Amino acid sequence: MTATLRIPEPFHPTSSPMEAARWTRRRKLATDLRAVTGRAYPRVIGLIREPSWLLFEILLPFLTTSAFVFVYRALQAPPEYVGFAVLGGAMTAFWLNVIWMMAAQLYWEKDQGNLDIYFTAPVSLMSVLFGMAIGGLFSSCLRAAVVLGVGTVLYDVVFTVEQWGLLIGVFLLTLGALYGLGMVLASLFLLFGREAWHLTQAMQEPVYFVSGLNFPVGRLGMLGFLAIALIPLAVGLDAIRQLAFAGSAAHVGTPSPEVEALILVAMVVVSLALARAMIHRLEWLARSEGRLTVRGG
Amino acid sequence: MSAPAAPATPSSIDDLPPAIEVRGVRRVYKAKPNPVTALDGVDLDVAPGELFGLLGPNGAGKTTLIKILTTLLLPTDGTARVFGFDVARQTTEIRRIMNIVSGGEQSGYGLLQVREQLWMFSQFYGIPVREGWRRVDELIDAVGLQEQRHQKISSLSTGQRQKLNLARGLMNDPWILFLDEPTLGLDVSAARVVRDLVRGWQAAVPGRTILLTSHYMAEVDELCDRLAIVDHGRILALGTPTELKQRVSAGSIFRLVLDALEGGVEPIAALPGVERAVLAADDATAPDGQTVAVNLQLTDDAVLGSVITALAAQDAHIVALQKSEPTLEDVFVELVGRGFGDAPEGDR
Ligand SMILES: Nc1ncnc2c1ncn2[C@@H]1O[C@H](COP(=O)(O)OP(=O)(O)OP(=O)(O)O)[C@@H](O)[C@H]1O
Ligand SMILES: [Mg+2]
Repeated sequence: MTATLRIPEPFHPTSSPMEAARWTRRRKLATDLRAVTGRAYPRVIGLIREPSWLLFEILLPFLTTSAFVFVYRALQAPPEYVGFAVLGGAMTAFWLNVIWMMAAQLYWEKDQGNLDIYFTAPVSLMSVLFGMAIGGLFSSCLRAAVVLGVGTVLYDVVFTVEQWGLLIGVFLLTLGALYGLGMVLASLFLLFGREAWHLTQAMQEPVYFVSGLNFPVGRLGMLGFLAIALIPLAVGLDAIRQLAFAGSAAHVGTPSPEVEALILVAMVVVSLALARAMIHRLEWLARSEGRLTVRGG
Repeated sequence: MSAPAAPATPSSIDDLPPAIEVRGVRRVYKAKPNPVTALDGVDLDVAPGELFGLLGPNGAGKTTLIKILTTLLLPTDGTARVFGFDVARQTTEIRRIMNIVSGGEQSGYGLLQVREQLWMFSQFYGIPVREGWRRVDELIDAVGLQEQRHQKISSLSTGQRQKLNLARGLMNDPWILFLDEPTLGLDVSAARVVRDLVRGWQAAVPGRTILLTSHYMAEVDELCDRLAIVDHGRILALGTPTELKQRVSAGSIFRLVLDALEGGVEPIAALPGVERAVLAADDATAPDGQTVAVNLQLTDDAVLGSVITALAAQDAHIVALQKSEPTLEDVFVELVGRGFGDAPEGDR
């Protein structure tokens, strides 16, 4: 009870608040980057600490993928369709993560009281969003890798890749576009709360369908083209499919992977710009209105 | 002049701009059915190095003012500056030199352990990885969470939780620390740790400034250099705790018990600064009839010195000395016209 008090040593003392407030560009950047890792950190720790959820997160989606595989086999569909299903199963991991985790993240952070701390920390709000995305990516990558690996071995999927560079590029762009969308959704969810939540839930299955998770989206005709123009999952998946099964899927009637890569670039740029504008708008709203949500508390 | 220039350490705090400068700040919240005026024309100056308190009942506007100063909220009217930086436009600068801790704060991620959680926050203040861990351990020692170091933060008690919050608040060694009811719900010993740490931390470097809100009169009285009493978004009174309490009594009151007072009370009453010196009417403190009790009302505690000197000259010895002073609560009652815990008239 009578422990003597240990006052922490002055930490990087500055001679005046003015000096303390003057940061080099380098320091600002370094702090933003650290905030990204800082925000990603709890997600990674959670994954390591509670691996039980991995079972649900991987096993259940894998069963869905397997169901499609069996249906295709029963229908005697061309063998690459099995590969499409496995690929779709792997990519769903990212989509689910964006819709269920990323999108709800800010809403949840606000409930926790973390948002005020992020707002008052000397970091860009974008780094908080990036941190969420990286944390989410970490677990989704694991999940996608397992589905892809196990599915490939179990169902004898044969990939024919001719353009590795483009494939990797398209994959990364797809992640960029997906998580960019996630960042936008995060702000929208915070603004509109439950309504946005219900809307996303309602959209989930249709999005799956028009994204061609388990079949080439080109089969959907005009609807497929619309999906490719608007939904990151659809265009990314279609490009990856074309590149991973070179030759066999090229004739399904969608734009070339190069064009789709450009669409993805546009999506990344637009979503990041939008995310940035929205989070700043959110902050402004919080400061001027004294609340963050459009309705209710 | 030829001597090497002293390092520009904060010994020259006189040259700093005011830590807090609030001018005519009003804040109106849109609310149903009517807008709420949380702050209604607040002017406030806090000097660098001060520990300043805001004392006021629920809904007085304390948190609102803190939110404005910590860039979480914009003033509807008026301006506010923190060390010269404008709260509306220079948010980046302010965020680099301040931190805020609120009572009942539940920030963080429940699955993280105390050490991990603090490290995570350290990253938001840009502390390099390894240094971050060192800083975290130092802060854990300072707030006394050594035993909880590896405990998940979701399982911390209220007091432990608040120590964690305080550790986060000290992470970047802010120039100005905002404490919104930092001892809310804490037991006596946890509150003591928080107060002592806050005081000690502030005293360690000249210029470190603290703005604290509280419902606890004794806390404000004990900790704060100066305070403002706030109600309904207005500052009703401002000064040192002693100054404010003097307003009520217009002086300080002592009860003196002496072994004898041969020369009577007149010479004492004639001393400068002694407003009143009367023999106690009741004999309660002098039951044996061998002692004399005197009630003194002084303009200031300091006057007591001359009283004691004068008594010594009369060969009167002090047997007991008791001070009876008004509390901040008395001040509050006098200013607001109601007790601290009472609801405002209109709300009943
Ligand atoms: N976001 C908000 N929207 C509407 N009204 C608000 C909002 N925040 C605070 N208020 C109102 O503003 C007034 C001042 O609130 P504030 O939180 O600043 O008081 P306080 O002095 O901190 O009180 P307490 O001691 O209870 O913490 C109250 O009447 C409160 O209801
Ligand atoms: Mg409050």
